[in-house]
Amino acid sequence: MKHTLPILIRKEVTQFRRNKVLPRIVVMMPLMLVLVLPLVTQMDVKNISVAFIDHDRSPLTLRMESHLAHSNYFRLCEPVGSFEEAEQMLDDGKVDLVVSIPEHFERHLTLGDPKPILLEANAVNATKGAQGMQYALQTIASAAMEKARGRGAAIGAEQLLTVENRYNPTGNYRHFMLPALMIVLLILVCCFLPLLNIMTEKEHGTIEQINVTPVGRLEFILAKLIPYWLLALVLLAVAMLLAWAVYGLLPAGAAALVFLAAFLFALCISGFAVTIANISDTMQQAIFVMFFFVMFFMLMSGLFTPIDSMPRWAQGITYAFPPRYVIDVFRSVYLKGTLFAELWFDFLMLTLLAVVFNLLATVTYKKQS
Amino acid sequence: MDNIITVSNLTKQFGSFTAVDHITFAVSRGEIFGFLGANGAGKTTAMRMLCGLSKPTSGSGSVAGYDLRTQGEQIKRHIGYMSQRFSLYEDLTVAENMELYGGIYGLSRREVSDRVDQLLTALQFADHRDDLVGSLPLGWKQKLAFMVATVHRPELVFLDEPTGGVDPITRRQFWDLIRAAAAQGTTIFVTTHYMDEAEYCHRISIMVDGQIRALDTPAVLRARYGADTMEQVFYRLAREAKRGD
Amino acid sequence: MNVFASFVRKECIHILRDPRTMLIVLLMPVVLMMLFGFAISTEIKNINVAAVASRYTTDVRRDLTALEHNPYVTFKGMIREGEVDAALRSGRCSAVVLFGRDGKRHIVLDASNSSLSASAAIYLRSILTADASASALPVTTYMRHNPQLKSAYNFVPGVMGLIFILICALMTCVSVVREKESGTMEVLLVSPVRPVYVVLAKMIPYLVLSLFNLATILLLSHYVLEMPVAGNLSVLLILCTLYIVLSLFLGLFVSTLAQSQMVALLICAMVMLVPMMMLSGMMFPVENLPPVLKQLTFIVPARWFNDAIRKVMVEGLGFAAIWKELSILFAMALALFVASIKKFKDRLE
Repeated sequence: MKHTLPILIRKEVTQFRRNKVLPRIVVMMPLMLVLVLPLVTQMDVKNISVAFIDHDRSPLTLRMESHLAHSNYFRLCEPVGSFEEAEQMLDDGKVDLVVSIPEHFERHLTLGDPKPILLEANAVNATKGAQGMQYALQTIASAAMEKARGRGAAIGAEQLLTVENRYNPTGNYRHFMLPALMIVLLILVCCFLPLLNIMTEKEHGTIEQINVTPVGRLEFILAKLIPYWLLALVLLAVAMLLAWAVYGLLPAGAAALVFLAAFLFALCISGFAVTIANISDTMQQAIFVMFFFVMFFMLMSGLFTPIDSMPRWAQGITYAFPPRYVIDVFRSVYLKGTLFAELWFDFLMLTLLAVVFNLLATVTYKKQS
Repeated sequence: MDNIITVSNLTKQFGSFTAVDHITFAVSRGEIFGFLGANGAGKTTAMRMLCGLSKPTSGSGSVAGYDLRTQGEQIKRHIGYMSQRFSLYEDLTVAENMELYGGIYGLSRREVSDRVDQLLTALQFADHRDDLVGSLPLGWKQKLAFMVATVHRPELVFLDEPTGGVDPITRRQFWDLIRAAAAQGTTIFVTTHYMDEAEYCHRISIMVDGQIRALDTPAVLRARYGADTMEQVFYRLAREAKRGD
Repeated sequence: MNVFASFVRKECIHILRDPRTMLIVLLMPVVLMMLFGFAISTEIKNINVAAVASRYTTDVRRDLTALEHNPYVTFKGMIREGEVDAALRSGRCSAVVLFGRDGKRHIVLDASNSSLSASAAIYLRSILTADASASALPVTTYMRHNPQLKSAYNFVPGVMGLIFILICALMTCVSVVREKESGTMEVLLVSPVRPVYVVLAKMIPYLVLSLFNLATILLLSHYVLEMPVAGNLSVLLILCTLYIVLSLFLGLFVSTLAQSQMVALLICAMVMLVPMMMLSGMMFPVENLPPVLKQLTFIVPARWFNDAIRKVMVEGLGFAAIWKELSILFAMALALFVASIKKFKDRLE
């Protein structure tokens, strides 16, 4: 009965249009995604506010102060009188880092009996504390080095070492996050919406009415998923256009690769959603099981923190998570213009996982009790 | 006579609980067959097996000429089903629901729209064609559910307590619909708790504790149990039940 | 009050009858704590680096050995100069060090992840300039509140905020709307119990579940992540209970707005979970936000909770330091409660 598919699809589309909330959310999603989320997901440490207490005020320490002031990473706050006052500011969250230079620092240094500079960072956020400290050490060290070699002769090691930032020369973290965040769109449309849809039919008993008809299970599920797949791809296209309009960000590589990966990913997670719907009895149950897994997906797939930084065993687990691959494809194609031949492993795994998840969905589906 | 349903020793067990216990009966074509029993007697379970919604633990049978155990999907093409719980899409309109099910059963677009017009006119329902089903009163929803169950002119319709919670006038109208459908040759298989409705049936079976305890025409049953009404017959049999609800 | 008790019992039965959801609710905090504690770290480690060299001078060899032994770098071996772009583009390496004939060294970074590449630049710079740098400069560093630089100090409060919102707000909300959908709510409301008690009875089991989760989180963070509570435990408990109650009221409020579980869930996701993850400072520091969003964080309860709990748990501050956060949270809870009771009654009349 091939012709029942369009009829069922039409039913889904009508129901979707008639819903009071869904269409609005769907319109808002790409907007939120492109306009708001990238503003939030700033992981790079910048604007570290520093209290600089200088009891020496020698040429060396003044140079340090100016180096800190001119660095991209730091923001010097108003001069602070005492170390105690600075520590209080550290506790209140007004500054992140205190640099305190003892009296006659430079003189002691040249005499070979130096008194140490004290650096104190608020390390409640360990990453920020550690990175800030690293940057600060580098900055004052380079000031000291420059001073030691004399202004014009600052060729030392610094000059012999050059750094080139490829693919994202302005170092814009948004350009890195934006393509990856697009998977949030796919997860919402191809995972949460079909799950909610199927569970609603289950709870209302309408699914039983369908079960006594000759409609096959494949048709019924396909009719639910096809509109969401298409919707997801359209929304992805909208989000990509918005990203271009707002941030001037276009894929450096083939956009077709982005869509291919997105489609395979949509297959994976919609199969996953159907599996969860099959094994759940109530909406509440389904929602919680789903949240549990999506949380895993989001946290372990390299979206926010690099997978390479994880311990080996955790990296092993991520191989079973489809978002890992799609995020890699999106980012690589968008920023680096990576070719299909270089991404074959990602595509292979996505295909494999799509097969696995959809097999699971088929096995767990029961039309008969 | 031509039997549309024949069942022998049909059984369904849930763990150690035997919901339906070796029932054997036949329903002939064109008949209005009443399927009675107290709550928990196993009626709905039996009906779900006949519709292919539930797999029998043992026993055999055929519905509309197809084997119950192996040809469930074939059976579904030839039957209509109206569940105890209202289960049409509340966010679709009257016409959309009918078109959906017409389409599912393979009616062409033209056939569907003719059929919808015909059913709606017969019920004087044409004004509500584009109303959302969710906004209709319960009695109308039940009538609509019946129309949807028969939109594809099935040979056999299963009705599971179709008039539960409906006012007497609507109930009478509903039975007019049932009899009209039966007059056109559709077999009706109906469960009910209303004994006056039982009188409308050609033949009645009464289930107690998963078994069929009595099966005949209302008149014969009344005579056999020396009762004036079906209600008394039902009391007499249902009182023997060991399992309560 | 007997009637109230029987209502609470009914809710408990609902929850206990669904062991799968129970299991997830109780496991979720454990899994999240373990994940954040042992699997995910915001610290950049294991940076994949390859190198290109034409001549192996002593300097080059010394630097290569340094790369191989650095704990932050995974050395991927030598490649040819023509392969640099392919190595970076395919993601096999994040950085390539090119050793020139003239002793100059050039680092090519895959800067697509600008945060990672910034760290990589720092690490590589310090590895490659180790001897030349003015490491003689006398410096004492001190990491206040977190000398061992554990990321637990940052995420434990965040996980708490997330779990309580999920369990209290989402579960209450969905369970109230579920009763609305199935019509059982009407039955409860015609009982002689006042509507306020009907909804309060719904919340009590979730309150108990959440307190249980709170205990799990605190025990795990003390014994497994070795991050004891620095401040006063009773202040911490007061703060958490207030936040739990607030989450319950938030769930109740959303339930008065939604007609179906699907809508309830979507509202929860849009107005609670996303802001919770994004604007509370759990993953992304509030001070990095643009001004408009920074203003927006003022109405996110989790933001105040996170601030306060960090002060108590990590910095060991007392009641005096968090009275502002406490009173804001209290005001929010009260407002939500009043608003939802009012909406609830409006619907009844």
